[in-house]
Amino acid sequence: MHTIDTALVDWSRAQFTLTAMYHWLFVPLTLGLGLIMSIMESVYYKTGNVFWKNTAKFWMKLFGINFVIGVATGLILEFEFGTNWSNYSWFVGDIFGAPLAIEAIIAFFLEATFITVMFFGWNKVSKKAHLTATWLTWIGASLSALFILVANAWMQYPTGMYFNPENVRGEMINFGEILFSPVAINKFLHTFLSGWMVGGAFAVGIGSWYLLKKREEKFALKSMQVGAIVGLAAAILLAVTGDQSGYQVAQKQPMKLAAMEGLYEGEKEAGLVAIGILNPKKQSYNDSIDPFLFNIRIPYLLSFLATRDYKSFVPGIKDLMEGGYENSDGETEISATEKIERGKIALQALADYKQATANKTGTEADAEKYKQIVEDNFKYFGHGYMDSPEQLIPPIAITFYSFRIMVIFGVFFIGLFMVVLFYLYKKKMDKLRWLHWICLLSIPLAYITS
Amino acid sequence: MSYTFFQQYWWFLISLLGGLLVFLLFVQGGQTLLSTIAKNETERKMLINSLGRKWEYTFTTLVTFGGAFFASFPLFYSTSFGGAYWVWIIILACFVLQAVSYEFRTKAGNLLGQRTYDTFLLINGLLGTLLLGTAVATFFTSSEFTINKVNLTNPVMPVVSTWDNPLHGLEAALNIRNLFLGLGVFFLARTLASLYFMNNICDKTIFTRARKQVLFNGIPFLLFFLSFLIWTLVSDGFAVNPGTGEIEMQAYKYLNNFLEMPIVLIVFLIGIVLLLFGLIRSQSKHPYTKGIWFAGTGTVLTVVCLFLIAGYNNTAYYPSVTNLDSSLTIYNSSSSEFTLKVMSVVSLFVPIVLAYIYYAWRSLDKKKIDKTEIEDKRNHVY
Repeated sequence: MHTIDTALVDWSRAQFTLTAMYHWLFVPLTLGLGLIMSIMESVYYKTGNVFWKNTAKFWMKLFGINFVIGVATGLILEFEFGTNWSNYSWFVGDIFGAPLAIEAIIAFFLEATFITVMFFGWNKVSKKAHLTATWLTWIGASLSALFILVANAWMQYPTGMYFNPENVRGEMINFGEILFSPVAINKFLHTFLSGWMVGGAFAVGIGSWYLLKKREEKFALKSMQVGAIVGLAAAILLAVTGDQSGYQVAQKQPMKLAAMEGLYEGEKEAGLVAIGILNPKKQSYNDSIDPFLFNIRIPYLLSFLATRDYKSFVPGIKDLMEGGYENSDGETEISATEKIERGKIALQALADYKQATANKTGTEADAEKYKQIVEDNFKYFGHGYMDSPEQLIPPIAITFYSFRIMVIFGVFFIGLFMVVLFYLYKKKMDKLRWLHWICLLSIPLAYITS
Repeated sequence: MSYTFFQQYWWFLISLLGGLLVFLLFVQGGQTLLSTIAKNETERKMLINSLGRKWEYTFTTLVTFGGAFFASFPLFYSTSFGGAYWVWIIILACFVLQAVSYEFRTKAGNLLGQRTYDTFLLINGLLGTLLLGTAVATFFTSSEFTINKVNLTNPVMPVVSTWDNPLHGLEAALNIRNLFLGLGVFFLARTLASLYFMNNICDKTIFTRARKQVLFNGIPFLLFFLSFLIWTLVSDGFAVNPGTGEIEMQAYKYLNNFLEMPIVLIVFLIGIVLLLFGLIRSQSKHPYTKGIWFAGTGTVLTVVCLFLIAGYNNTAYYPSVTNLDSSLTIYNSSSSEFTLKVMSVVSLFVPIVLAYIYYAWRSLDKKKIDKTEIEDKRNHVY
């Protein structure tokens, strides 16, 4: 009998991850720079000052290079769903394919068409038409981010679907629920704004580089101004949407939250780990080793973030594995082992159902019975593919540290953009070489944060 | 409107996207003609910039073709992309080379040098057209795969579609009939590119050389394409028994499809006539620049009809020889009725998209590309 080699799965994951990471090196900048260049061209349109036209053109050139790589890696990602995850394509294609197709029809053509007008249309269309084209390019890019994040949010929190055992796949029953799922909206806003922040940090950083080189000072200062305003607005809004995301993760993906917090034993009035170092000696969720070598907690905050109630219980990894606590739906959570068992029951019932309907060996009542079993246990369908409960625990260290880094840098950028705006207002920005260096070196930090 | 209506409607949209994609492959064809038509740097720049304003349309149409296929016929997506892995990965890789090349070839300090990027463009033009044609030919010549949805209930190997040929798609390029269509698409793309240059660039030398290329590529195109067509029309096809859903071989299936769907046949013939008219007129009348519009429209109509006879009239559009009953039809591989309905609402955007593409294309092409524009440093050029 054939089996899937786990090495093959890992290679497949590695290829997909690499493409996705590479894609993400370029996309946020596209979202941010797109807004910045559109604002600049609007100023040119209002004032007629050629300085703004040239400044916009400079950023458009960078936008263009970025855009192309984003497009190229995006193509690969789209088809990799088929080439690397072909089963997934079947199992959820009925739901997952739709946002991808909509993205192509509505967003990609908008971007691709108007970016050519933006680059080649300066002397061929009216000023107003050109400005419209520039904004439409950015709107197209933003819409494409919206639809792909709707698709991604659905992966994290499937909704608007039911499982059809006849076709052995999930089928869509409510598109609105998928499109306007709270996870999708929040994910879009958070990610989209992080793009603005990267764009802002990029414009501020490149501006600083010009100041360090003492070249094109006016261009540098004005670009930094637009960049810092966009960046600051984004960084503040990110804190708000980030808080919302945290709440949703707690509600929909408690395991992810527990991993992010390194929380093994659930507790009431749980505190949030501000900074901490994980104990590498901890091997399993139920050994008695303290998960932290050192940590500082902000009391009650985790409970409050997760449930909006500082007294409430937040389940840890051990609770999630062993079950027995009251979950956010008010039901008693079952243990991981039981989930896997029920998943296997669903798989077996599905096989029986197909057998009964295919060969007409069973009666219709049999088929109905199996169908009901599948339905009752479908919630744990995916668990049925697990060999042991431990496979349900995500890698703790990477989720824990990357989350902390993101939050710390996020706060740093709010401060940085404020400082830049303050000195721009005081007209001292061109003198402060230390600040130029910080701004320049912050560009990669913005990427890491995003 | 019934489920069947939406399945047929989406197959029509896929066919339309396929037709538009083949027409837009003129960009790829043009990339293989750079050294043939251009003899100096300015001429080369004119060609590249002429194509460079259109490449995103081809690229986006390819992406949309994939996305639409995913949403409307997901079983094809999972079977073909996962199974015929290599042929698709090579196609994608050469499109990535293309995207990078336009933007970077003349950037100051580029790592690889202009010639490397021009070679990338050549590779994309050659493999992109040849392999896409080959892949589409398998709609008529069949592949080797088995589908068993119950496999999903096996926790150790939950794989719905299995490819039965160890070459994973490369075997398609070893089939002569597939290659005929592949080469047909390749020469068609070059022919259309020559017609496009004649229309888009205002330069006597380029015009004369492009005109000659219409002839040099048009003839092999016709030879390869007609060979594929005749071979397919006289071959057995993969028919679906509408009562049982079982697949069986039927003599002259594709010929019968044309005869049983006379409208498709008429549109197909109109397509061929328009294509030929575009080619011949560009040779007989001098100077004639509108050939691309006739040949282009003809290409779209012809390809749409080829897709329609592959999928309509109880035909399996993605047949499997190793397991006939695994063959995909537009009914057994489509999304649910609800999804197709949602997508159909979205498809109402398509005319809007076509309208603004028309606007953008026209406003940029009003003034043809010439030497002065390319040599003016203030313009954005590739």
